[in-house]
Amino acid sequence: MSDVMESEASNMHNVICDRDHMAQITSTQAVTLVDKQSTSMPMLQLLNPTGELLNEQYKNAWDKKIALKLFYAMHFTRILDERMVAAQRQGRISFYLACTGEEAAIVGATAGVEMRDMIMTQYREQGALVYRGFSATQFMNQMFSNALDPNKGRQMPIHYGDKELNFMTVSSPLGTQIPQAAGFAYGQKMAGQDAITLCFFGEGAASEGDFHAGLNMAAVLECPCIFLCRNNGYAISTPANEQFKGDGIASRGVGYGVHTIRVDGNDALAMYVATKEARRFSLKNNRPVLIEAMTYRLAAHSTSDDPSGYRSRDEEIVWREKDPIMRMHRYLQQVGWLDEKDLDGYISKTRSDLLAAVKYAENQSVAPLTEIVTDVYKDIEPHLQDQLNALRAHVENYPESYPNTAHPIASDNQTGGPK
Amino acid sequence: MAQLNLLQAVNHALHTAMEADDSVMVMGEDVGHFGGVFRATSNLQKTFGKARCFNTPLVEQGIIGFANGLAAQGAKPIAEIQFADYIYPAFDQIVNETAKFRYRSGGQFTVGGLTIRTPYGGGIAGGHYHSQSPEAFFAHVPGIKVVIPRNPYQAKGLLLSSIRASDPVLFMEPKRLYRASVGEVPEMDYELPLGKADLVQNGSDITLVAWGAQVEILQEAAQKALSHGVSCEIIDLQSILPWDRETICQSVIKTGRCLINHEAPLTGGFASEIAAVVQSECFLHLEAPIARVCGLDTPYPLAHEKEYMPDALKTFEAIMQTVHF
Ligand SMILES: Cc1ncc(C[n+]2csc(CCOP(=O)(O)OP(=O)(O)O)c2C)c(N)n1
Ligand SMILES: [Mg+2]
Repeated sequence: MSDVMESEASNMHNVICDRDHMAQITSTQAVTLVDKQSTSMPMLQLLNPTGELLNEQYKNAWDKKIALKLFYAMHFTRILDERMVAAQRQGRISFYLACTGEEAAIVGATAGVEMRDMIMTQYREQGALVYRGFSATQFMNQMFSNALDPNKGRQMPIHYGDKELNFMTVSSPLGTQIPQAAGFAYGQKMAGQDAITLCFFGEGAASEGDFHAGLNMAAVLECPCIFLCRNNGYAISTPANEQFKGDGIASRGVGYGVHTIRVDGNDALAMYVATKEARRFSLKNNRPVLIEAMTYRLAAHSTSDDPSGYRSRDEEIVWREKDPIMRMHRYLQQVGWLDEKDLDGYISKTRSDLLAAVKYAENQSVAPLTEIVTDVYKDIEPHLQDQLNALRAHVENYPESYPNTAHPIASDNQTGGPK
Repeated sequence: MAQLNLLQAVNHALHTAMEADDSVMVMGEDVGHFGGVFRATSNLQKTFGKARCFNTPLVEQGIIGFANGLAAQGAKPIAEIQFADYIYPAFDQIVNETAKFRYRSGGQFTVGGLTIRTPYGGGIAGGHYHSQSPEAFFAHVPGIKVVIPRNPYQAKGLLLSSIRASDPVLFMEPKRLYRASVGEVPEMDYELPLGKADLVQNGSDITLVAWGAQVEILQEAAQKALSHGVSCEIIDLQSILPWDRETICQSVIKTGRCLINHEAPLTGGFASEIAAVVQSECFLHLEAPIARVCGLDTPYPLAHEKEYMPDALKTFEAIMQTVHF
């Protein structure tokens, strides 16, 4: 029997015992309304904006290999975003959503967990996939909704999902992944796995009921998971100060009895160190941890959005100065790990890989018509088979009106895309 | 009269309602300074102040719960749910609270002043979560009315009626038509009756029924049918609940045939309810089975959106089959 099972078993014998829900409560004789300052939390920062290491103790917190892998993944993510925003403007894809300015928070946290850990995201965390090795072609197959997308072209661009990379399929309704992460982590614990769940979400999504349900359940049911809030200051047009009045999201963790740390989200090293420690703590103790990454959404909310309607250029400029990639660049220069020529080569290779992948993916056909009724249930139920038959007859009757499914482009599925 | 699109007409109605009644308040995600992600609430905050048009935190159950409380107090909240696909976190507040407030208190308390506005429907490459048409869920709940306009003129008149109605109303806006549907809208304050269907086109061979953006699909199909000698009567239901049984049944008694079209999945869609009533009220007048042209019984797809949609071609085919039954 595992430790977990034993403790569950001993709890069972203790269903009836003497309880004191006031055991931790002391008395006071003064009338005091506690304000938010009482839980005010500092933010972990290990690199300042000019890339200087602020605490020598963390000199060896990572090695050159991890630091460069993380740095290159941040660059890939930035280039991907630039390329896809442009592709959307050209009308090649319908929608895109960039994470510019938040690369350190996303990639740094991903580097702090293990490949076997499950990642559940909101939608702005493409950097996590990049770090885990999702290729340019895989990104494009999803964004062009073609037959090679493992989600079969069923969802809007950016709703990635990849079982092999332990990356749960993105769902647009906000906050739903938060209690799911608690449940998934509980399952990992019960199965005796040496793995946790890392769950990303925005500070806006943290207003949803699912956030509160998820944190409380993870605490009560002792789930090994990390809740990672990207506090980027905005939920579409709504600034954080119209979203909540408390001390950010971090203060809520304390309220739910969840161990919490606030981190400078533009500091890749701090994000890496904090997440790594959160993982160690979470797995060892079967406890959730909340990380609040303080960052800024330099991008528009999405390609459907124009931020000039709700924030100033000057405000954006302040944050451009805190660019996480620039900070990491300076740090790598200072410690002598940066090979500028190699970086330049990587950037231009990434650009051309992405371009080739776009050209490849946009010429693939969509999934065959049958896929419109598969995966609704495990099997195609009779009423869906009837609907498919009728639809197929109709498409055959009017092939010119349904060109995508009537005349699928011959796709070279075998090759899996450009190298 | 001004030429407005459907979004501008909604905006007009909101201005008109807020101007006329201080207890009207607009709330929802991003509806304040920004004017909403579709700009339906543009300039309301500027004109009426932050206390009467405000951003809420990002929590739909909170938005409707708050609006229920505000309406119970006597105000007239207009709560926006950014997309109908995101109304489900508020399902409990709507189904168990909004719809039952009056009944459970024996009429002592009511949230009759509440209007919930939400964009719905597909055809915009929105995938599962920006395309749904959930009207049937709410039509299944006694105690809340469901209204859907198809053009700017209706949008303003029906929204004003909904805001002023003594019952809570779910007002669903076909977002595919937000900018595509343009028409004359009177400057003045006017209301269109709830519970009444709109006769769009007279015809003699078959009655076609739809609402919202699907009405123009019927028009397109009817045009094609006409070139094959079939005359279609087209009715826009406008109010999903309560719905205008009289107008529909009278038409079917005249034409002897009926087709209902909606974007939502076939099974359990509102067409089922209409079909059941029509067959019981018009049984001896029917010359063919009632046809339903609806979305497939699948989540709303992206790459196969065109194939999923109950489009004009599918409608035309069903018209011809029904007529030649
Ligand atoms: C339940 C639900 N309500 C509303 C939306 C529409 N919506 C999409 S993103 C967004 C803002 C989210 O902000 P935040 O959580 O801070 O994440 P960020 O975009 O800043 O990364 C909103 C309101 C949604 N997707 N789901
Ligand atoms: Mg945010």
